Amino acid sequence: MRIWKFADNIDTDQIIPAEYLTTGDAKKLAANAFAKVRPEFSKEVKEGDIIVSGENFGCGSSREHAPRALLGAGISCVIAKSFARIFFRNSINIGLQLLEADVFDRIEERDEIEINFEDGVIMNHTKKEDYKFKPLPEFMQKLLESGGLIPYIKMQNSHLR
Amino acid sequence: MPTIAEKILSGMAGEIVECEVDYIMVNDVTGVPAFEVFEKLERGMKKEKVVVIQDHYVPNKDVASAEQANALRNYARRYGIENYYEIGKGGVCHQVMIEEGFAAPGRLIIGADSHTCSYGALGAFSTGVGSTEAAAAMATGRLWFKVPATQKFVINGDLKRYVMGKDIILHVIGDIGVSGSLYNSQEFYGTAINNLNLSDRITISNMTVEAGAKAGIIPPDEKVFDFLRGRVRGEYKAVYADTGSEYEEVFEYDASEIVPTVAKPFSPDNTVPASELDVPIDQAYLGSCTNGRIEDLRVAAEILRGKKVNTEARMIVVPASENVFKQAIEEGLIQIFLEADVFVCGPTCGACLGGHMGVLAKGEKCISTTNRNFIGRMGHKDSEVYLANPAVVAASAIKGRITDPAELGI
Repeated sequence: MRIWKFADNIDTDQIIPAEYLTTGDAKKLAANAFAKVRPEFSKEVKEGDIIVSGENFGCGSSREHAPRALLGAGISCVIAKSFARIFFRNSINIGLQLLEADVFDRIEERDEIEINFEDGVIMNHTKKEDYKFKPLPEFMQKLLESGGLIPYIKMQNSHLR
Repeated sequence: MPTIAEKILSGMAGEIVECEVDYIMVNDVTGVPAFEVFEKLERGMKKEKVVVIQDHYVPNKDVASAEQANALRNYARRYGIENYYEIGKGGVCHQVMIEEGFAAPGRLIIGADSHTCSYGALGAFSTGVGSTEAAAAMATGRLWFKVPATQKFVINGDLKRYVMGKDIILHVIGDIGVSGSLYNSQEFYGTAINNLNLSDRITISNMTVEAGAKAGIIPPDEKVFDFLRGRVRGEYKAVYADTGSEYEEVFEYDASEIVPTVAKPFSPDNTVPASELDVPIDQAYLGSCTNGRIEDLRVAAEILRGKKVNTEARMIVVPASENVFKQAIEEGLIQIFLEADVFVCGPTCGACLGGHMGVLAKGEKCISTTNRNFIGRMGHKDSEVYLANPAVVAASAIKGRITDPAELGI
């Protein structure tokens, strides 16, 4: 597991440039994730890696291709100080784990971290520090636990019909 | 007392609600993934609510985009979607949604495109969603929303010549920043807003997402009702905030102090007066859902009449819809552009998102009426986009460098 750090206002054009939007396939999209700004990402990223970012992660376009690309790349969680709202919804709706925490200045790319979602704690084993975060609202947690909006709707047969 | 957003979503700020949506719009980029997800749900299609518009990579730019457009076309046929807009009949999705009478006051509209917030200019709560959400709503007609808190923007006073809706919204974004309205809705008031035509109001609502807003709503007035007469589908009911509505924040601006404004790379909040820039440009681009309407073309044509695009630069005009294109021909605007050595093409999202029809090479600079100037937005990662109003774009095309139109002394 490694950490990938990205600064503030990472827009969806950076996450997946528009010229690659002729597919919705997560794996194919992952091959071009951050192609313009960080070309090594798609080659080096591994299953379980974590993104740590600042403010307004995922701003710009509504393209669900952005969280799909990260899911396809094997990203297990995106931690950011804040998220752009469409990206936030899209991620939860497709089952990409997000959490809001202001830890950009605390976590380095080589740090070994572990996340306890139940208690809302990020443990930085390298620095021997813990950072608390506010768990998602219950409804959104339910969506994530179901695997996203589609499994959730299927489960809630009468609901949302 | 509730804001417009709270009234349309029938909830108070912070609540999570589930609402019936009036329309669900998808385009050629977001539509195919939406239909794919929809099929996993194994439900019937609420097809009367679904609007499908080909606009991003059409006419097909390559084989992959041709396959994508064809897949969307086939889905629309398979599900008998009557609100389907092929090239030649439509244009840029948001312009089509407005012209075709889908957008109206009080409605709740979602679209799988972030600039769906444009219909706030007609008093709708409209917002961008992802393909999965669009798919869920296609099947259920409903979607979950977190009711946003609302920020109020009051702009009073008279705008100077060549200052447009674009400058108002760039001024606001420059002030509050690209995350200044994160998770919030915006409402616009004031004499400057009242005096704006609908086109300029659409520009304002269109770019509210650039500050992170969920919606950007302008209380509808006679200009909106007139526009909708004979055009709107079905009934609608205008919704207004109550006196004493609770706003998260209130911002006030003096319209007379707003100047033709440019957002420099690589963020829409990186704003500066056009007059302070001396940047040589390679391309001037007029078009998009932000500024590709007849009113925008008129402003640019007036400046370009009898002049030529600078020999060191090139200019592209892309009307936002077939209707805009036709009207521009009837009004003689296209003739003016052609005589000025402007390249004109039919409606498409085109180069706005770096698709086609004007993609930039390494190191090139473009002054553009579009909405985003992110890294590589219009092409090469080392190209640059400067956002401005149509008058600034036209003046800059003539001078070959970023120019405040007042400098032309017309």
